[in-house]
Amino acid sequence: MSGKVGGARDAVLARITGALADRPIAPEVPRAYRLGGDLEPGHPELVELLVDRLVDYRATVIRAGDDVVAAIEQVLPEAPVRHAPGLPEDWLPAGSEPDSPAVDPRDLDSVGAVVTGSVVAVAETGSIVLDHSPLCGRRALTLVPDMHVCVVRHRDVVATVPEALRRVDPTGPLTFISGPSATSDIELTRVEGVHGPRTLVVVLVEGG
Amino acid sequence: MTTFLGMPGPPADATSELRGSVPFPVAAEAGLTNSRLRRNLSKATGTIRAKRAAVVAEVADWEELREAGRAIKEAALARLPELLVELEEQVEARGGVVHWARDASEANAIVVDLVRAKGVDEVVKVKSMATQEINLNDALEAAGIRAIETDLAELIVQLADDRPSHILVPAIHRGRAEIRQIFLEAMPGLDPGTLTDDPRQLAEAARAYLREAFLRARVAVSGANFGVVETGTLTVVESEGNGRMCLTLPETLITVMGIEKVIPTWRDLEVFLQLLPRSSTGERMNPYTSTWSGVQPGDGPAEFHLILLDNGRTRVLADPAGRSALHCIRCSACLNVCPVYERAGGHAYGSVYPGPIGAILTPQLTGLTGDSVNDSLPYASSLCGACEEVCPVKIPIPEQLVRLRAEHVEAYASAHRIPSGEAAAMRTASWIMGDATRFARAGRSARLGRKGIRSGRAIVPLPPPLSGWSSSRDLPALPEETFREWWARTRGGERR
Repeated sequence: MSGKVGGARDAVLARITGALADRPIAPEVPRAYRLGGDLEPGHPELVELLVDRLVDYRATVIRAGDDVVAAIEQVLPEAPVRHAPGLPEDWLPAGSEPDSPAVDPRDLDSVGAVVTGSVVAVAETGSIVLDHSPLCGRRALTLVPDMHVCVVRHRDVVATVPEALRRVDPTGPLTFISGPSATSDIELTRVEGVHGPRTLVVVLVEGG
Repeated sequence: MTTFLGMPGPPADATSELRGSVPFPVAAEAGLTNSRLRRNLSKATGTIRAKRAAVVAEVADWEELREAGRAIKEAALARLPELLVELEEQVEARGGVVHWARDASEANAIVVDLVRAKGVDEVVKVKSMATQEINLNDALEAAGIRAIETDLAELIVQLADDRPSHILVPAIHRGRAEIRQIFLEAMPGLDPGTLTDDPRQLAEAARAYLREAFLRARVAVSGANFGVVETGTLTVVESEGNGRMCLTLPETLITVMGIEKVIPTWRDLEVFLQLLPRSSTGERMNPYTSTWSGVQPGDGPAEFHLILLDNGRTRVLADPAGRSALHCIRCSACLNVCPVYERAGGHAYGSVYPGPIGAILTPQLTGLTGDSVNDSLPYASSLCGACEEVCPVKIPIPEQLVRLRAEHVEAYASAHRIPSGEAAAMRTASWIMGDATRFARAGRSARLGRKGIRSGRAIVPLPPPLSGWSSSRDLPALPEETFREWWARTRGGERR
């Protein structure tokens, strides 16, 4: 632990205290911005807005009827499929194996697609949040394979970013996903599909 | 004029990538005369300006978000010592290790030691302004450690042995044809017969090139966009997934973060996750945002190190009128709207922080001496004010530019016993204008200069130091009579 005692730590803290010798007052933060939308989570208009945003990001959107498994299976490739260990039984595609912590994350490179749940989605920004619980799987699971099939329950669709942040636990790892991986680094032309999954399929489920 | 009330910390050290070799006006010549660079920049900044404007316009509470963002940053700086100590506690309570670095050299040494302790000679890197600022890659190379930049634009810059020219898109000065050429020369196995300059194909080439590096890497180095104090949560906002790869796959993660990046509460993040993507890439949300707090057993790195970096920040902090430069969230919106940046290009600023924010942040980090190349940066602006309009945290950039110009004049005067040409001219002007008779006489004599100006240029070039003013400016045509003469003749138009 470099610079812990009497070293850099104390020096930097002393510098900061010295620099703030004018004793600035921390202002109250005005939170006049919207803390939530007008619609209840899962309202059909919110779901429509989410779909619009996801399509804009070039994600594939499937509205599942009663048969969620069939909706998922129609997009899965021939290559091996894995799913998050806590995926509910009635979302489980045939032939898929649960992810296990014993598997080296690097070996997920040979997996063709992965199926996970999600904890909350933001309609206005088209963002889906994974909390890496058994429902969403560890982080590498939704990163290394080339296709991510992500199930979003209508009741988890909120309007705004503040609503979403209130619903998740910041002490565990979180991933906010807004469309497939993309870059705009070449002449600011957007290209989908760089290092993360190049195909993002969002399956919308009414019940669950 | 020096406004420091507190005791300023020392400036950023010489290792830092914050100084060019020549002042801005000299460096800008290269950009101004490079037509390809001008074309690339104008196309790219034009595209991003339009995207940003469209997605900002759809947010009804944008101004309220900006006001909240500004206040959160101001409040965080006011409470900085206690917030950093609490962040340290939170990160360590969750299995992370916190290090402190007074300057670039110290931060680099910590990273080198950590990498060596892992026994590896290669690290993968997430794009980070802090590690660019401290010139980490050179320090690693000197220690025999190869740093692989994994952001596409950073990779382009690295492979071309070039320097970044933009905060968000470091290779903004490169067009697609140039990037194709760079890849063909640097990436083994690419077929010049089939690789076109289609951005899709170029991105695919980068994916294949880096995939192997991600899978074998054991140590990653990142920066952080925000450090949430109350939960010890670090945040990386990105697009490509290279950030997720680096934050997830290697066993050891080292994050270098400037001390000004702290925000007190998790709730504060809701403001910045709305402000940053729309201001930066012009998207409603960036594809990937990762947050983590310490280490998570069975998920991601088993070892996490956070390095808190000063490197001149406490110097900026000591000036109450200048410390708002530390509010910057590195979105680069001010670069994209700046007419000076668009024409001169990022390299002209000589610092990893170019554009309007760079023009106020860089000289404050390194110090204005009266003779430093960075003394020219506060003048790299037409003061049009577009930067302040778009800044998501409302940094008063034009006001700070003017203040830093005044500070530079003072620093120059105290560094030199003879006054500058400008100071001498101002003193003379003050003497003339302080007396009505002298002023009237001066106005009449100025008329003698009328014949010397044609089409805005002096017929006979003015000698130094006057040429310093006239060489880059048109001279106005002088009228037949002075205002005082006109007034005496007409009484303000009453008598004709």
